[in-house]
Amino acid sequence: MGSYVLRRLLALIPTLLIASIIVFVTIRMIPGDVIDLMLSQNDIGADKRSREQLVHALGLDRSMPDQYFRWVSAILQGDLGNSLWHSTPVLREVLNRLPVTFELGAMALVIGLLIALPIGVYSAMRQDTPGDLAARSFAILLLAVPSFWMGTMVMVFPSIWWGWSPEINYVKFSEDPWQNIKQMILPALVLGTSLSAVTMRMTRTMMLEVLRQDYIRTAWAKGLSERVVILRHAVRNALIPVVTLIGLQAPLLIGGAVIIEQIFVLPGMGLMMLEAVNQRDYPVITGVFLVVGVTVMLINLLVDLTYGLLDPRVRHQ
Amino acid sequence: MSSSPLPDTVVLPSARSPTRQFFSRLIHEKPVGAAAALVFLLFVFCGVFANFLAPYGFNEINMLERLKAPSWKHLFGTDNLGRDMLSRCLYGAQLSVIIGLSAAALATTISVLIGLLSGYLGGKIDMVVQRIVDAYMSFPELVILIAVVSVVGPGMLQIIGILSLVLGIGGSRIIRSAVITARENMYVHAAQSIGASTPRVLWRHLLPNIMPPIIVLFTTRVGAAILIESGLSFLGLGVPPPAPTWGGLLSGSGRTYMFQGPWLALAPGLCLTAVVYATNVFGDALRDLLDPRMRGSK
Repeated sequence: MGSYVLRRLLALIPTLLIASIIVFVTIRMIPGDVIDLMLSQNDIGADKRSREQLVHALGLDRSMPDQYFRWVSAILQGDLGNSLWHSTPVLREVLNRLPVTFELGAMALVIGLLIALPIGVYSAMRQDTPGDLAARSFAILLLAVPSFWMGTMVMVFPSIWWGWSPEINYVKFSEDPWQNIKQMILPALVLGTSLSAVTMRMTRTMMLEVLRQDYIRTAWAKGLSERVVILRHAVRNALIPVVTLIGLQAPLLIGGAVIIEQIFVLPGMGLMMLEAVNQRDYPVITGVFLVVGVTVMLINLLVDLTYGLLDPRVRHQ
Repeated sequence: MSSSPLPDTVVLPSARSPTRQFFSRLIHEKPVGAAAALVFLLFVFCGVFANFLAPYGFNEINMLERLKAPSWKHLFGTDNLGRDMLSRCLYGAQLSVIIGLSAAALATTISVLIGLLSGYLGGKIDMVVQRIVDAYMSFPELVILIAVVSVVGPGMLQIIGILSLVLGIGGSRIIRSAVITARENMYVHAAQSIGASTPRVLWRHLLPNIMPPIIVLFTTRVGAAILIESGLSFLGLGVPPPAPTWGGLLSGSGRTYMFQGPWLALAPGLCLTAVVYATNVFGDALRDLLDPRMRGSK
């Protein structure tokens, strides 16, 4: 296991390097007219800054490779730069916002699994029955319903029918855990439901594969009850690959969180990025962009390691 | 059968064109898929002929008719400026058709180019390309799009361009794995051994044989592109107003008035869901018909 972990960690280095180049190239290709726009919009305290100061603050007065190396070495020292608007370190703000997105993502993941696993298992057990067909149609419909529409409906209709609307002022978990959970449950439900479709389909496929195995036939032949065959023999084995889905869904969770945070006004990373885009606060945009990518990579690494722990065959490949 | 004498003339199985054969299989084996294809064609039709179908202009303001519930005069109701929602949804379909089809076409082309080269050449090139694809796929599509739009500004062309790049890089994986399977076929080795050039092998031998996954990829990309674009427009970073994108209709000023006119929230969302649902179902049916190996997978 030790060498496996080491191998995986080493493999992360080139990917991280490439990711940093992607972020750098995407954002630092800022054409000159954007600077003019920033100045003319007067929205970054431009009255206090001259064009030269702005160019310097963005580091645009140096050559590209020089800019890149300065940027990377600053990151390695834990410095993501300062916000142009608030003049605060981006890293501190990111660390402030990260828990909100994490909580939303984790709750959505759990809710998604709670919806997907029972339906997926049921669907496989009753393959090609009306129940299976209904479950599959439901899953493919969920894939098509945009989460922002679901979120909008959740905001609009309860308010019209019952005069109920979700709390807008965010309460931290550490301040009032109960209020915080109450506030997060609805956004998490929307995000989790829209993500459950993929898991449902994957669970069904995996279960179908496992149900055809010899050991399942043996279990049936021994006269075990359906409950024991399904829960103890089939589900346990079918769920191992589903663990990888958590890694695959990490980008979807964070991408979805951007929209959900905007609808429910949750001060997470997504809302932070959108605010920064509106203010053209490039250091913040760059910082969030990079942190999102690195987070997804780390989640994937963690999932791979867990997978190696659950299934010894993976380690020896 | 064995007792009957041989007929004078041999009737060959009806030589129908492969296209007709395909459609007859689609209708008989996958009726739901065929229905989805019809919905999709209807959507393309609405998009192409929006100018003729829409009863009103998409930005035709009529203050006397503001916030009217759906009626015969305004099937989908009107918004806070008295603009007809049906017309706005039809023009929205036009934007979705343009963005969905062109981004999907470009994305699929990019996927095929990367997948073919990476899969066929293998070795170091494949390794480097795959690491770049890995890194790209760690970023949520929406986050990349938001970051790029923050630099290049919102607009139709920018969105088509970035969307196809992001979706294209992600989709290259599917093409690559199809190429890796196909390149071990005897006919490819035969072509290589008679000295066919790499472009020739790729173009004449590999590409025709990986058409099924390419077609399926294209279909699913249409839905994905429409969905992501609407998300971006919803965040106010898509095609700028007054263009009535479906995502845009659900945000901005529409949002403020949804509590008085809930039909404002229904129409664009239903259009979006119906079209994406149809492309997904049609894509699934195509995959089952064209590529039995991928059956049941995601």
